[in-house]
Amino acid sequence: MPNMSQVKVTIPEQDPKVRAHNFEEVTLGYTKEMAMEEAARCLNCKNMPCVSGCPVNVRIPEFIAQIREGNFEGAYEIIHSTNGLPAVCGRVCPQERQCESKCVRGIKGEPVGIGRLERFAADTHMQEGKSEITRPQPNGHKVAVVGGGPSGLTCAGDLAQLGYAVTVFEAFHTAGGVLMYGIPEFRLPKTIVQKEIENLKALGVNIMTNMVIGKVLSIDELMADGYEAVFVGSGAGLPRFMGIEGEGLAGVCSANEYLTRINLMKGYKEGYDTPVLHSKAVAVVGGGNVAMDAARSALRMGAEHVYIIYRRGEEEMPARREEVHHAKQEGVEFLNLNNPVKLLGDENGRVRAAVVQRMELGEPDASGRRSPVPVEGSEYELAVDTVIMAIGTSPNPLIRTTTQGLEANKRGCLIVDEDNMTTKQGVYAGGDAVTGAATVILAMGAGKAAAKSIDAYIQGK
Amino acid sequence: MYRIVRKKVLNPTVTLMEVEAPFIAKKVQPGQFIIFRVDEFGERVPLTVADSDPEKGTITLIFQIVGASTMKLNALQEGESILDLVGPLGVATEIPEGAKRVCVIGGGVGCAIAYPQAKKCFADGLTVDVIAGFRNKDIVILEDEFRAHSHELIVCTDDGSYGQKGFVTNALQERIDAGIQYDCVIAIGPTPMMKFVCQVTKPYGIKTIVSLNPIMVDGTGMCGGCRVTVGGQVKYACVDGPDFDGHEVDFDELMRRSGIFREREADCRMMMQARQKEGE
Repeated sequence: MPNMSQVKVTIPEQDPKVRAHNFEEVTLGYTKEMAMEEAARCLNCKNMPCVSGCPVNVRIPEFIAQIREGNFEGAYEIIHSTNGLPAVCGRVCPQERQCESKCVRGIKGEPVGIGRLERFAADTHMQEGKSEITRPQPNGHKVAVVGGGPSGLTCAGDLAQLGYAVTVFEAFHTAGGVLMYGIPEFRLPKTIVQKEIENLKALGVNIMTNMVIGKVLSIDELMADGYEAVFVGSGAGLPRFMGIEGEGLAGVCSANEYLTRINLMKGYKEGYDTPVLHSKAVAVVGGGNVAMDAARSALRMGAEHVYIIYRRGEEEMPARREEVHHAKQEGVEFLNLNNPVKLLGDENGRVRAAVVQRMELGEPDASGRRSPVPVEGSEYELAVDTVIMAIGTSPNPLIRTTTQGLEANKRGCLIVDEDNMTTKQGVYAGGDAVTGAATVILAMGAGKAAAKSIDAYIQGK
Repeated sequence: MYRIVRKKVLNPTVTLMEVEAPFIAKKVQPGQFIIFRVDEFGERVPLTVADSDPEKGTITLIFQIVGASTMKLNALQEGESILDLVGPLGVATEIPEGAKRVCVIGGGVGCAIAYPQAKKCFADGLTVDVIAGFRNKDIVILEDEFRAHSHELIVCTDDGSYGQKGFVTNALQERIDAGIQYDCVIAIGPTPMMKFVCQVTKPYGIKTIVSLNPIMVDGTGMCGGCRVTVGGQVKYACVDGPDFDGHEVDFDELMRRSGIFREREADCRMMMQARQKEGE
């Protein structure tokens, strides 16, 4: 008999008051008993609606059935056959908009906790799994992957499985992309990311760090060097600023800078040299997941007040519900329907306040969300000593501007065909470099599709 | 890992290191920079490349010991390695086409970055004057190198203990007053020095290129920490620069933003010195 409870088995979490002051993981994960109990809520539908909601088509009912049976390693193997980074996806995928949104159990009550179960299977494998990674037979072909983030790593893993000699060229000193520099430790422990990367290496993927393609080597040089195809997964790393007065003041930074100092450079840890602003009152501008990450990190760095300033209402927020909920629990103060119009500095050129204007919602705009309209005369001063801009990013132009024949649209996103090939023969692209800022799992889906296309392209030559 | 093949102390606070970095050595042009990370705990720190030898596969770095990271770098010896070195980053310097006579100005350790500029212009057949300024005689660097790659070299010191007494701006003004016509001035040094050189050249409409060194993390346009206002527009020094038209740069904003971690820098320096003393 399935477990007919209308709600998910509760997942243990660190107490909000405690976790707001540490960088340890917020959600602690299911025990074996909890996982088996939650797995029993799956009805094992024949038409598997959940699978259609997954960008990498994880065979969800099959792996859940294995958990229900207590065969955790079997569950892991099913997930891993289509998803190279299960421990990551189980934590950061927006399941409520993907697999879980299609779950039949969600019609009346909560859907099955697919994400939590995926995480459980991956974590259990990391702790107890015995399966050795075997290197596939080499097929004699070389492929280059530019960028070691979610799309690049997925593409590299899938091609390595097929026997390709894959080299990933990573600009930073460590691979992982946004998983390392962007998403904080308390949401995605870095040891987990590194373990997934170690698995790729064991599969034969060669990772070269400190290689900024477009500068140290061009794509044409890579192809001249015998790489038969190139996958570009260089991400959307360029931060946007608002263009308001006072953005040049000291104490104003992008979420990318703030999070990179903390996550990649471990500036929050004793013994690491990278400085991080220690602020008393922080305003984070934006309403996405990155804004939540920055705000929650600022709390953990010891700020007394952390404000989210978002120009629309909570309904319109692009951040995951869970992230907003967690942020509120921890004490982040939400100033929705507010928008900074100017930043004020002190005599030393350091930001001391934001001039904020109230907004109200008008007609829906192109995105379908109700557009914010300023309320005249509603400006007020909010005392802050740090302002973090988290209002989006755009693709990095380094590759596009140094590679002839690579076309981009007016937003700077690389143009690809239905096989993920760019306008340059043999050069494929995917992830945020193509879509603009999106999610980890969509980037992984694109890397996966590109790997398939690259295989067909090389085998068809 | 990037092995140090040669280390030379140029003065008590400035060190030269020649480092194995074959990929970078092949590509780097004057004006471009690298980012180093000494060890697992280190910061990512930008340094403009002073010289390169593509055949040997090495690049030369000249740095001033100012904070924890440069102290750590300076503690490494020949044969030891730097953990991470990435580059070449930024855009190579572009001397205006048709320029015949240029003045290359270096201030202090900025001379290390001015040197490859002088060398390149000299090799390209331009008439090159170099003005190299230092606080005093004890910290003069690269004098022989400059002499070998310029038509005229003026060394000045703030206190007059060596060469001409005064600032680089005085020397430049004198030469302009004497009727020397420069097609381009390249000024590299502390931000205030670059600001004042630009003030000297602006009335004469002499194109002035400066090399900025703002706060930076990734060096690929990702963090926005290095943003500077140039001609009223926001530019990223790491991908749009580090060279800019000096007459367009908002130097005051740059100086304010650069100071944000200064207290912390001083703390680190004291801590490292204390640690070194303990070790002695």
